[in-house]
Amino acid sequence: MSKPKFAMYWSGSCGGCEIAVINIHEKILDVDANFDIAFWPVAMDAKVKDVEALEDGAILLTLWNGSIRNEENEHMAHLLRKKSKILVAFGSCATEGCIPGLANLAPLHEIFDVAFHTISTDNPQGIHPQPVTKVPEGEISIPLMKDRVYTLAQVVDVDYYMPGCPPESHQIAAVIDLVIQVLQGKAELPPKGSVIGAGGSTVCEECPRKRGVKTIKAFHRIQEVAPVDPDICLLEQGVPCNGPATRSGCDARCPNVGAQCIGCYGPAEGVIDYGARLVTAFASVIDATEPEEIERILDGIPDPTGQFYRFNLADSLFRASASSFKKNGQSPAKASGA
Amino acid sequence: MSEQFEPVIIGFTCNWCSYRAADLAGTARMKYAPNVRLIRLMCSGRLDPTFVMKALATGADGVLITGCHPGECHYVEQNYKALRRYLLLRRVLKGMGIAPERVKLVWASAAEGTKLTNEINTFVEEIRALGPLGWNKKLAGNGHAVEELAVEEVAA
Repeated sequence: MSKPKFAMYWSGSCGGCEIAVINIHEKILDVDANFDIAFWPVAMDAKVKDVEALEDGAILLTLWNGSIRNEENEHMAHLLRKKSKILVAFGSCATEGCIPGLANLAPLHEIFDVAFHTISTDNPQGIHPQPVTKVPEGEISIPLMKDRVYTLAQVVDVDYYMPGCPPESHQIAAVIDLVIQVLQGKAELPPKGSVIGAGGSTVCEECPRKRGVKTIKAFHRIQEVAPVDPDICLLEQGVPCNGPATRSGCDARCPNVGAQCIGCYGPAEGVIDYGARLVTAFASVIDATEPEEIERILDGIPDPTGQFYRFNLADSLFRASASSFKKNGQSPAKASGA
Repeated sequence: MSEQFEPVIIGFTCNWCSYRAADLAGTARMKYAPNVRLIRLMCSGRLDPTFVMKALATGADGVLITGCHPGECHYVEQNYKALRRYLLLRRVLKGMGIAPERVKLVWASAAEGTKLTNEINTFVEEIRALGPLGWNKKLAGNGHAVEELAVEEVAA
């Protein structure tokens, strides 16, 4: 009997998710024992035409990591959706946009300017990528950028979501175990649309720090609090910790080692807008009633948008800042005046 | 656009004060701009910033939040929470490129029907001056960079 097919693909992301998969150590042999790896460009050689040649639904499980940044990403998302029975948005980029999603705070032409024409870039000829370039052999093209970063589910139908930047390896191993058990008829898949490989509560629930009544008179960056009390809630110490709105599943790794939660596991169960949840959480614990005093305390969070949407901007209610919509329809090349 | 822009405004009112103020304005036959759609909450402290963001993201041009005067909250101090959330929310909106003036917090007691109608009328004019937000239209765009590009010749 031939083994079911497995695929993994990356789009707009850093590659950390791939490393997290490899970090499951010898469990990777279980993947190989139970699956025929059909397409995994990072790990093995395979061509897109091999995928195109497959029947629809021929791949049992596809883990997709990465956001949808350009039209090639989008094309591959549609292709793998068609060829896969189960498509998993794997990792923060695919589920909520993650760090690439922060590009949604700036218009495309600014992003191109920073990448190719600012002082930190060594580009004496002023080269600017063109979608189509004529060379003696013919025309070559590169994919067009989309106006903003999209999550996988904003482009295609997604079966399951697996959050984390990257997902913790023990969670990946547990999900792989589950899928193998399903194959052997020993377990059932969770309902479509479920978040898998994570908890349903918040990071605070897994955090061992003691929580008392929070009365915050000032917010500090963590390096300004010396020393950080190892046993007390970081938010109570005035460190903006995103734990109260962030999904559990990481065993509160960051607070455990004295760093604040930055929210990589995305919104907790039932949270519609991650940033709005944090606005609620942070504002509730400020100990002040006079507007001037409140404003002074809030000055301690220098970049609230970045603080509250570091991982979630592309999946927030607003999706992007107003400026990134403004140039919609304008090509990257023209927008930068090249 | 020759027609006057009519802003869509969502107003969140507190059951114990501003909702009654609006009720009083109604029974006293005071007139206020019809642009505001009032939604009753039990308290301004119930106002999750998600409500405001959802309103703005799905087509509202402005959001009015109303509650009891400081010190007069039916639930002791929840209106202070509303105040703090409002001030922080404004900063987040600014980061998103949305004028923070599109969201306004107003205190109005149950007896202040006149004050509430004046505040609503003022706010409607302020939003009219700011113009449409149209976030729902922005989101409806298909996201493709559609413009045709000039093909550039590059020496091999």
